Amino acid sequence: MKISRKGFLEIGGLSLLAVAGNTAIGALLDKVEAETGSQPGAAPATRWAMVVDPAKCAEKDGCSDCINACNKAHNVPVINDPQHEVKWIWREPFENALPSQASAYTEKKFRGKPVMVFCNHCDNPPCVRVCPVQATWKRQDGIVMMDWHRCIGCRYCVAACPYGSRSFNWFDPRPYIAELNPDFPTRTKGVVEKCNFCEERLAKGQPPACVEACKEKAFVFGNLADPQSEVRQLLESRYTLRRKPELGTQPDVFYLV
Amino acid sequence: MRDRGVIYTGLFIFLGLMTFPVWHDLAAGTTSRGPEPILPKQEKQCVAPLAYMRTSHMQLLIDWRNAVVRNNVHQFKASNGNTYTMSVTGTCLTGCHTNKDEFCDRCHNYAGVSVQCWECHVDPKLAHRSAP
Amino acid sequence: MIEKAVVGSRRYWAWILCLLGVLGVGFFCYLRQLNYGLGITGLSRNVTWGLYIGQFTFLVGVAASAVMVVLPYYLHNHKEFTRMAILGEFLAISSVCMCMLFIFVDMGQPGRLLNVLLYPTPRSMMFWDMVSLSGYLVLNAVIALVTLDAERKGVAPAAWIKPVILLSIPWAISIHTVTAFLYSGLPGRTFWLTAILAPRFLASAFASGPALLILLCMLVRKLTGYDVGAKAIRTLAVIVTYAMIINVFFLLMELFTSFYSQIPASMEHFENLYTGAPGQPAPLLFWGRTSLVLMAVALILLLVPATRKNERTLAAACAVTFVALWIDKGVCLVVSGFMPSPLGSMTPYVPTLPEVLISLGVWAVGALMITVFYKITLSVREGAEAWIEEHPAVPLTAAPGPQ
Repeated sequence: MKISRKGFLEIGGLSLLAVAGNTAIGALLDKVEAETGSQPGAAPATRWAMVVDPAKCAEKDGCSDCINACNKAHNVPVINDPQHEVKWIWREPFENALPSQASAYTEKKFRGKPVMVFCNHCDNPPCVRVCPVQATWKRQDGIVMMDWHRCIGCRYCVAACPYGSRSFNWFDPRPYIAELNPDFPTRTKGVVEKCNFCEERLAKGQPPACVEACKEKAFVFGNLADPQSEVRQLLESRYTLRRKPELGTQPDVFYLV
Repeated sequence: MRDRGVIYTGLFIFLGLMTFPVWHDLAAGTTSRGPEPILPKQEKQCVAPLAYMRTSHMQLLIDWRNAVVRNNVHQFKASNGNTYTMSVTGTCLTGCHTNKDEFCDRCHNYAGVSVQCWECHVDPKLAHRSAP
Repeated sequence: MIEKAVVGSRRYWAWILCLLGVLGVGFFCYLRQLNYGLGITGLSRNVTWGLYIGQFTFLVGVAASAVMVVLPYYLHNHKEFTRMAILGEFLAISSVCMCMLFIFVDMGQPGRLLNVLLYPTPRSMMFWDMVSLSGYLVLNAVIALVTLDAERKGVAPAAWIKPVILLSIPWAISIHTVTAFLYSGLPGRTFWLTAILAPRFLASAFASGPALLILLCMLVRKLTGYDVGAKAIRTLAVIVTYAMIINVFFLLMELFTSFYSQIPASMEHFENLYTGAPGQPAPLLFWGRTSLVLMAVALILLLVPATRKNERTLAAACAVTFVALWIDKGVCLVVSGFMPSPLGSMTPYVPTLPEVLISLGVWAVGALMITVFYKITLSVREGAEAWIEEHPAVPLTAAPGPQ
């Protein structure tokens, strides 16, 4: 085969590019896989999940123990302006939290009743899919985690979350923190934050702050991968709802009805 | 040269401005003084050798950050055999460098380094621990 | 070539100074935003993207629309665009720069923007948006520089520029498709979750971009006497007309699916924009209805041959088209996606003064770039034309065509 020097260099260059590109893409995919904690074939040893009982919650009127515990544990600022508020856990009327279940004839026990809502730590999280810098990712143990050092504040994850679970820091939050907790950092202006299932407490073997604080025991937290866990038993014995299940996000927060 | 006077005056002013840091510090007597961080009294052993910390404590903190946040690893095995929890507030500032102003800020201010860590990480002195 | 931009009439410098003034004010406001945070804008927990991202989305369309001149001229050899092609390319470059600036001013932590390059994330559409916008900027800058430089020297540009120009055609389509993908892949935002979003984006881009280009060409002719040619303007006007027809058609398709299926999640956004819903506040009703009316007016002016061929009414039609689609994309599209919020609340969004001033500052940067680019181009062309007049025997190819 007769080939000119120029032709040889062109083919050689193209082949090199193809090999390099293939390697790069492979490396990228591996990295992304590692970050998402998805490994085909391996069953996770831990899958954290929460079961919430709104009925128990409604028994105590005006109680905000879980919200206060969360705010204190994580230095969540208390901003009274609904435009700029930052919240990790809050109460929503039943019709807003679980809209597909509400109708004009909703059972009286549910109508307008408060439901505690927070990040669902979905198994198929759209927020993780869209983050351009992997500042949010799904850990092996199921927690959708945030790295506030890396977040660029583009708020794409806020747009992607179908549940409104994420808050952006529109300004410096420190003036709005009544008591600084030294056991956890604050965040700075310009980053997004949300419930983290108290991963720093789980690392020390403690349950999430809201679970511990609730006197009515409306929160049950546990490991879905453990067949003996209370959450597994609850899910297998009672009817539970998840928020917006039709979207395929596979939330790990279940609501008892 | 008709403009000799203007040129020499201009040159003099220019040189004066350019060498300002040198003669100002000489006059104020601050040239020989380096940063004087106050070392912790109780602990004599840092989490890493002094020489390494002097040059690369930033890298150590970044490694700690990645380990804790991205890999969920919280314990650090130091070269001296001890194990430390990787937390700048919980370990560094609580256990040893209890006064950030007298230690961290001394060198940072001298070198003109503005670190953003404290925008988020809490200086224990600012926190008021409530009764358990 | 840049030396041609620093020589100009009094009017030229007055315009430049004016733009620098607007830029300065915008920059000052941005420093305040950097210091305080994005709370200085009218954005809120429920409406997290607003004016900045709306402008970005609209301008990506304008940038992509250069393909409406490049395609017929370079690919199909339509010689009437000879004097217009490079003006379109410079409009594209300025638009892309404005897009990048609007993204920059919208970031909560702009100092960390390099993270997008340090931690590439192919599963994120924002990553691909960054890749495609940067690539488009480089492509167009190279094309414009090479062709203009060749023109200045009086030769045809090097042959390798041809495949680069051809690459810019699908790339232009891709930048706006990727921008649409930012929106149309989000499961929780029912207004955006439609396959027709990308085609809608492209249709409105191909109407608004060339409309602006026509207006710019008319302005340039009025100010400097440089005439792109009546045929070029007429052909581009036909392109704008077709694009506008398709754009309105797509909008009607959306309205049918939404209102015939009667699915509340689908309808509530269009009710918010166009019809109003009983018992619900509709903050965007004025903007939505205005854009509809303006679209109708523009369509009539464009469809009727008499008004399209008359340059005065055409100018009006292009202005109305541009404003209608600016409202539709820059205001209605982005904000509507957030109303209602995932938990059902309607939070109105009103941009604050600093937010508007920063946006105007970015527009001033774009206007500045276009002014400088056009000044250079026109000076080069004037020089070339003067040379031709002095040396009539030597033919000058002003642009490459497929050989």
